Amino acid sequence: MNFKLLGAAVVALTVLAFSPAWAEEAPAVDRTATGGAQTLEDILRRQEQLKVDESFRSENLGDPARAAPMTDQLGTRGGVSDAEVWRSIRYNKIDPTVQSPGPANGVMIQDEGIAWYKLREGPVITYGGLALLGIVVLLVVFYFVRGKIMIDGGPAGTTIERFKAIERFGHWLLAGSFIALGLTGLITLMGRSFLIPVIGADAFAPLAAGSKWLHNNIAWAFMLGLVMTFVMWVTHNIPSKLDWQWIKAGGGIFTKSHPPAKKFNAGQKIIFWTVMLLGVSVSLSGLSLLFPFQMPMFADTFGLINSILGTSLPTDLAPHQEMQYANIWHSIVAFVMMVAIIAHIYIGTVGMEGAFDAMGNGQVDIEWARQHHDLWVAEVEARQGKGGSS
Amino acid sequence: MKVMIGAFVAALVIASLAPVVLSQFGWSSAEQAISESVRLD
Repeated sequence: MNFKLLGAAVVALTVLAFSPAWAEEAPAVDRTATGGAQTLEDILRRQEQLKVDESFRSENLGDPARAAPMTDQLGTRGGVSDAEVWRSIRYNKIDPTVQSPGPANGVMIQDEGIAWYKLREGPVITYGGLALLGIVVLLVVFYFVRGKIMIDGGPAGTTIERFKAIERFGHWLLAGSFIALGLTGLITLMGRSFLIPVIGADAFAPLAAGSKWLHNNIAWAFMLGLVMTFVMWVTHNIPSKLDWQWIKAGGGIFTKSHPPAKKFNAGQKIIFWTVMLLGVSVSLSGLSLLFPFQMPMFADTFGLINSILGTSLPTDLAPHQEMQYANIWHSIVAFVMMVAIIAHIYIGTVGMEGAFDAMGNGQVDIEWARQHHDLWVAEVEARQGKGGSS
Repeated sequence: MKVMIGAFVAALVIASLAPVVLSQFGWSSAEQAISESVRLD
């Protein structure tokens, strides 16, 4: 694996993601001819779907300090004209008194919702869907190029306990709930685009309602499985020098060698930390969606990122914006996890002889174990020699 | 395989109990959409 190239790609993506140039700032427009109001250039840029600096409107909200005396004409307006009041509503810059309490009820117009909807229905579905199709195609190609990874010399016939029942329970609780979450999440995200044209709105309605119920409620099983597997396996997944050897050998996938490994090899550790870190992130954004407007996280997160990286991410977010960011982030993280887990499912089932037994009945062939986790087998045998258990 | 099926059943049991437990803690999605404070006078 070319790590220099990989490192350069990561740096380039990070720079692009946080670069102000990426944001494509709108050019400054001379508005003296219109007295500060909209110009023909603004209208043309908007028609061409280009970014327009709206601050000439969004910040032109009147000034109570310059209000005319109450006795003057329009003095009762307190320095704010009708147009300025409506602009305040348009850009959510007022704090209205509402009779129905709640963090979101004071927002009368939520302009950013359009951008969220376009992002959700466009790039998130397109690139997320392509990523899922891409990994499936990649694995099919890999299967035909590399073939199934077999046990050299065939199975020995004797077995060794790889995972205890409680470990397998935690794994399957996490895996089962994740698959349910993935499928119901895809139905929720993509159903409008792909299922309604096929099965019709009437058939989709109960499917969508059922998916929403299952997605919202089985999430707790996912979080429990995440905690269980973290507690049980974290000590085995701490990176070590041995992992570097395994990575340099590419896990022996193409060289058909067997680099040394303990209970978990570097590839499994990468999956473990991917699931843990992204699992926590998807759970937090999911909780934010599960309890609407109760757990806003993005304004604080953006503030922290700004203070560290010097970026200018928005920190004054409407309650709805918090939900929209949580929704988009939830989808993106879930897609990354699904890609990683599809690869994990491949190698744990059709990709490698004997691998499924580890999570199937917990007993793996001793020859499989020696080839893929030789140091772990030595540890177990040493403990058993001393009267210990695996 | 018994453990796997047991874990899947446990996930469904947790999903079934989640709304009941949340309701016991005083939270329900239905209540989020209503408010006793709305006045139409």
